[in-house]
Amino acid sequence: MAAGRTYTPIARTTLSTASSTVTFSSISGSYTDLVLVVNSRNAATATCWVTLNSDSGSNYSNTILEGNGSTSVSARQSNQTRGYTTYNSGPVSTNFSFNQIINFMNYSNTTTYKTFLSRANEASRATETLVTLWRSTAAITSIVYESNSNFQAGSTFTLYGIAAA
Amino acid sequence: MGIQSLKTGSRSRSVMSGNTLIYPGDFESIATVTVGSGGTSSVEFTSIPGTYSHLQIRAICKNNNTSTGDDSITIQFNSDTGTTYSGHALYGSGSAVSAFGSADMVNGYAGLCNRSNASFASMFTGNVIDILDYANTNKYKTVRSLGGADQNGSGGIIFNSGNWRSTSAVTSIKLVQNFVQYSTFALYGIRG
Repeated sequence: MAAGRTYTPIARTTLSTASSTVTFSSISGSYTDLVLVVNSRNAATATCWVTLNSDSGSNYSNTILEGNGSTSVSARQSNQTRGYTTYNSGPVSTNFSFNQIINFMNYSNTTTYKTFLSRANEASRATETLVTLWRSTAAITSIVYESNSNFQAGSTFTLYGIAAA
Repeated sequence: MGIQSLKTGSRSRSVMSGNTLIYPGDFESIATVTVGSGGTSSVEFTSIPGTYSHLQIRAICKNNNTSTGDDSITIQFNSDTGTTYSGHALYGSGSAVSAFGSADMVNGYAGLCNRSNASFASMFTGNVIDILDYANTNKYKTVRSLGGADQNGSGGIIFNSGNWRSTSAVTSIKLVQNFVQYSTFALYGIRG
């Protein structure tokens, strides 16, 4: 019944110097889902986004649910030129970082628009989840994860592939 | 979540908040259902082996309701339709947050399904559903899920937790909605 082991590491980037952009390109279409795991700290207060297949058209939208320990909020963005993924507070303390796991669902099919589910956690600020829609039926072949403040050296970005039977 | 060195192949643990501990390579595809052109009122995985620690269903879906909005997906185990399910949910609508809870239900809830309004063409929800310690015969079973439906101006995102008051090992899972073509459900087993 089982078809084999999966959840395969595709690529991993550990920054040796600060950078505002991490790119995964030439992504194989041989998986069903992609999972991007980020563990990072930014130089300053930062917003993070993804751009898929270099598409900078107004094709991204999202719905957000967030709690910061005292209040909860839900918000929405429509017709964005890149996909918001999270906000973080930057270098609150030396050892604090934020983590994020983004699930790109059925990323290689060419029939449906692409939906991705994300969880982001920053212990000093909030926990957040969001769903993002990219209005394209193209298979995802590249992911640019970027911020308006540099990701610090030592930040890690790992891309996994999950293949269904 | 586990980390595996791409250079040496060595494995180490990195347990991230709210996520199942996984070693890459211990995540195994069991079965996949892709809904055909006629649609279906439910998707069921049967004869699930008890050889894993946890199960995960990863899905995109849409139903045949032509109104705007989205709907919950219901879940049942081992064909049990008794009032043995309970659950809670936290939902974000894009402008407000709401919480729900129900006891003694005839099914649980797990994730969201997009509707087929004309303005939602090609839009499918994403869902990740975890069934924890599903083969254990000494405890009731716990389910959690994250589902999201964004429609560029509408939609929502939901966390569900659920309890099935049975000590039986889960051998079948039924997801109920009027799913349309291209809805896809993949069942995985996680070793541990």
